[in-house]
Amino acid sequence: MSDKWNVDDFTSWKSEDFPIGAVCLDAGNSVEYITGGWRNQRPIWHADDCKHCLLCWMHCPDSAIQAKDGQMAGIDYDHCKGCGVCVHECKFGCLEMVLEADVEGE
Amino acid sequence: MADVTVLSATGNTMVAEAYRQADPDVCVAYPITPQTTIVEGFAKYVANGQVHTRFVTVESEHSSMSACVGAAQAGARTFTATSSQGLCYMWEVLHIASGMRLPIVMANANRAISAPINIHCDHSDIMGARDSGWIIFFAETAQEAYDNTLIAVRVAEDKRVLLPVMPTLDGFITTHAMERCELLDDETVKNFVGERDAVNSLLDFDNPIGAGMFAAQQPYFEIKKAERDAIDASAPVIKEIGDEWASICGRPFDFVDTFECDDADYIIVVLGSCAGNARHVARELRDQGIKVGVARIRVFRPFPQQELVDALKGAKAIGVLDRSDSFGGEYAPVAAEICTCLYRAGVNIPIKDYIYGLGGADVTLDQMRQVYTDLQALADGKIDGDLTYLGVQ
Repeated sequence: MSDKWNVDDFTSWKSEDFPIGAVCLDAGNSVEYITGGWRNQRPIWHADDCKHCLLCWMHCPDSAIQAKDGQMAGIDYDHCKGCGVCVHECKFGCLEMVLEADVEGE
Repeated sequence: MADVTVLSATGNTMVAEAYRQADPDVCVAYPITPQTTIVEGFAKYVANGQVHTRFVTVESEHSSMSACVGAAQAGARTFTATSSQGLCYMWEVLHIASGMRLPIVMANANRAISAPINIHCDHSDIMGARDSGWIIFFAETAQEAYDNTLIAVRVAEDKRVLLPVMPTLDGFITTHAMERCELLDDETVKNFVGERDAVNSLLDFDNPIGAGMFAAQQPYFEIKKAERDAIDASAPVIKEIGDEWASICGRPFDFVDTFECDDADYIIVVLGSCAGNARHVARELRDQGIKVGVARIRVFRPFPQQELVDALKGAKAIGVLDRSDSFGGEYAPVAAEICTCLYRAGVNIPIKDYIYGLGGADVTLDQMRQVYTDLQALADGKIDGDLTYLGVQ
């Protein structure tokens, strides 16, 4: 939850509670919206083979590939929707798509 | 006291002058007859350095309204102008502009829409946009197009309103015909319109916002209710600003411009340039002792129901002139709205709806005489109120 704008009770807001034009006063708060639950497949990262080319990071439409100091650092499963674009783009076979049902709880 | 320059000018010239004096930050332009000379005239002011405007030329009206949305959300005073097919092409973005509560000002040169292809005056284009959440003004004259445009700037940007506004003028009849006009001095107008003080600007980097958000079922419903409340609440603000302009320029401002309605038995309701024809015939008939009147709607959105009820409630019959049709509907837009507001006020007066002047078809004094003659027969129960095409052969 952002300190800036409390939207916890958003669905019970009345018409006058919304900012004019329904703008979002806390830009970027979509990070609080956990979309990982949409996934039915999940990309698995085999770090040992990774060349850190960051093609996956560049192509991820949800900014769910995490990079740190120019290196691939992991996958944000809270926001990864399991589209598989990273797996498609990886030229070195170190990203693999698996069924969520097979790895649930891991 | 304002200095006044008297000049011969077309409606489009007067709108371009109003745009120059209001000095927008952004003007987006795409040409379409008969609006083109507004943005063309304004482009000259940009080229001459007479305004401080980023003039954005685009490849279509869909893009022009989209550019307006971005500019207005960034905090810019934002103008454009369009007509007919151009307004149609903007349709989806019109709703985005109003839904995002962006104070865009867009003059519309009221024109027929295809097919058949036609470039002349009627109100089919603007009536297609009547439910888009924009405030809509209808000018009768070039002078009023100027006045309405300046009032529109203030109304749109007023923080009690924050809605887009369309000052409209009738294609060719008002956009292109020369009239005697009064232009107020630049300083007076600049003081009147002021500068835009934007809320939630995209360029406020200390307070970044997201604009054009998604809203699912109930939040969407609530936000739309806020939009309905906003346009309803704009009426007193429009009145206040219109009256302020009236006190500066010396011309009256009324949501409904009435002519001899107080004791009239038979009243014509009309929008835009045709009102002069109706008043001319009304004067003739008054001279013959027949009590007739004319009610011209100048502010169409928000709809001035109380003003119309007050103007019409004493009549024996009402003829509504609609310059567009709602094909397959019982009545066209203006007559349907008149019926609604009279019904809700408990006023039951015979009404007849006339479709007139589509595609710029001639609107003659004889047609106005026919309407007043009809209304006497309608009041006596000798004819019905069925929708009629006035002047078809």
